[in-house]
Amino acid sequence: MRRNNSMRSILGAVISVGLACLIWEAFARSGLFAPALAPSIVLIGSALGRMILSGAMLWHTVYTLYRVLFGFVLASVAGIFIGILMGRFPRVERFFLPLVSVLMPIPSLAWVPVFILWFGLGNAATIALVFYAASFPVIYNTWTGVRSVNRLWIRSAEAMGADEKALFQKVVLPGSLAFVITGLRQAFARAWIAVVGGEMIAATNWGLGWVIFDSKEFLNTDVMMASLAVIGIIGFAFERLIFQTIEQRTVGRWGMVKAIKG
Amino acid sequence: MWHPSPSSPQASKESKAMHQIELRNITLEYDSVENPVMALKDVSFSVEPAEFLCVVGQSGCGKTTMLNIVAGFLKPTKGTILIGGNTVTGKGLDRGVVFQDFAQLFPWRTAQRNVEFGLEMKGIGKQEREKIAMRFLRLVNLEKFARSYPHELSGGMQQRVAIARALAYNPAVLLMDEPFAALDALTREEMQRFLVDVWKETKKTVIYVTHNVAEAVYLADRVIVFSPHPGTLRAQIKIELSRPRDTLSVEFLEHQKEIVQHIVERK
Repeated sequence: MRRNNSMRSILGAVISVGLACLIWEAFARSGLFAPALAPSIVLIGSALGRMILSGAMLWHTVYTLYRVLFGFVLASVAGIFIGILMGRFPRVERFFLPLVSVLMPIPSLAWVPVFILWFGLGNAATIALVFYAASFPVIYNTWTGVRSVNRLWIRSAEAMGADEKALFQKVVLPGSLAFVITGLRQAFARAWIAVVGGEMIAATNWGLGWVIFDSKEFLNTDVMMASLAVIGIIGFAFERLIFQTIEQRTVGRWGMVKAIKG
Repeated sequence: MWHPSPSSPQASKESKAMHQIELRNITLEYDSVENPVMALKDVSFSVEPAEFLCVVGQSGCGKTTMLNIVAGFLKPTKGTILIGGNTVTGKGLDRGVVFQDFAQLFPWRTAQRNVEFGLEMKGIGKQEREKIAMRFLRLVNLEKFARSYPHELSGGMQQRVAIARALAYNPAVLLMDEPFAALDALTREEMQRFLVDVWKETKKTVIYVTHNVAEAVYLADRVIVFSPHPGTLRAQIKIELSRPRDTLSVEFLEHQKEIVQHIVERK
């Protein structure tokens, strides 16, 4: 049954991605743009193969992953911590809520020039940018999750003698997990936007964002598209292998969200 | 060391003259400046050890508010509550609470781990906890579902887990707020029969709030009628029918009629 479902979801992915590739191929061959601007799947594939074999793609990917994960993990830890405190203590909420409301709508890329001035070109500026972009969705969703914890769970736990610590560990944390996972998902998406954008401007020589931007100089659209494909594949892998797995083994198993059928 | 057993009488160490639960002049006023609402006014009654007391009344009569005060979720404006002769001011492990809503169970814990929660809070070791939890799941006929999560159980089963959970840490008193109101009629009847069995076996003192008069007559040793605006105690009716009770017998229906008259009567 479970095997059957995963076979079906792989098949579904193959069909939808395959269809998108076909449309791209039709577009590339239509002559709307010069072939140098819209490379065919074969050209993109061979560029990707070349970069993988030379090891360049591996290093670009490693740099980008290092930056995005470093910032994302820091943002997750800080965001969950602040979000829970905001949900539990009105004073913390009063302090952070205006800050979150003001800072969250500012696009992370708007900070790039400031961060370059502060941290210089390279890893630090990009990681800071990822941290900035990723922390707000985590804070916001965790805060919402804590506030939406069913009051009956709290009452039941208190009736059974739970103190503040037990209440937090055994009720508030698992009770708000569905929201926390949503926050992490949104944060990861924003972290990717930030890392690729940040690398285009602030990175030197390495990183997927840098490759894409740098390829423009030499009209290497095949390299550009190959790098975009790698970003897409990594994002897909994270969603499937990490977020969906966590969700299915926790809130999905507990019936707190509907199981994913796709 | 604390030694739980569903069949040991809870109140044996109390002196015979002592009430298990006693409410003295409980008044609760919600202080809003324009119109202060008096939810409960001067409510006094007591419950004897191992007695099954039902509280009925129209919605808004303060019966649930009264239960929340006894449970320690609300503080009365005036009055005292004694449990086993001691004044109580907050929540405590001497009382187990069962709510109407199935959502009271923790969805992230299996049935067994839900039942273990109170024992965890008491600091009881893992093996001992498992043993006790299984004993109470057996009491509610759910030992086969120990590893199921609440969402995998029917409403009636979830309420049985909630009852096992409230009993597992061995409180002397069980407070129940319309626990079967959200169940279908057939399941509700089955649960009522089942609750009488569990109560007979565990000898708990029970306060059971309901708006269902037939349910109250079926379950209770004594029924208390509340009247609204402000919530006050209007009448007490002893039900001295032998159990299991025949819900179609003349005596049963007469009790039902008497209580309904108390509920609808004008001040």
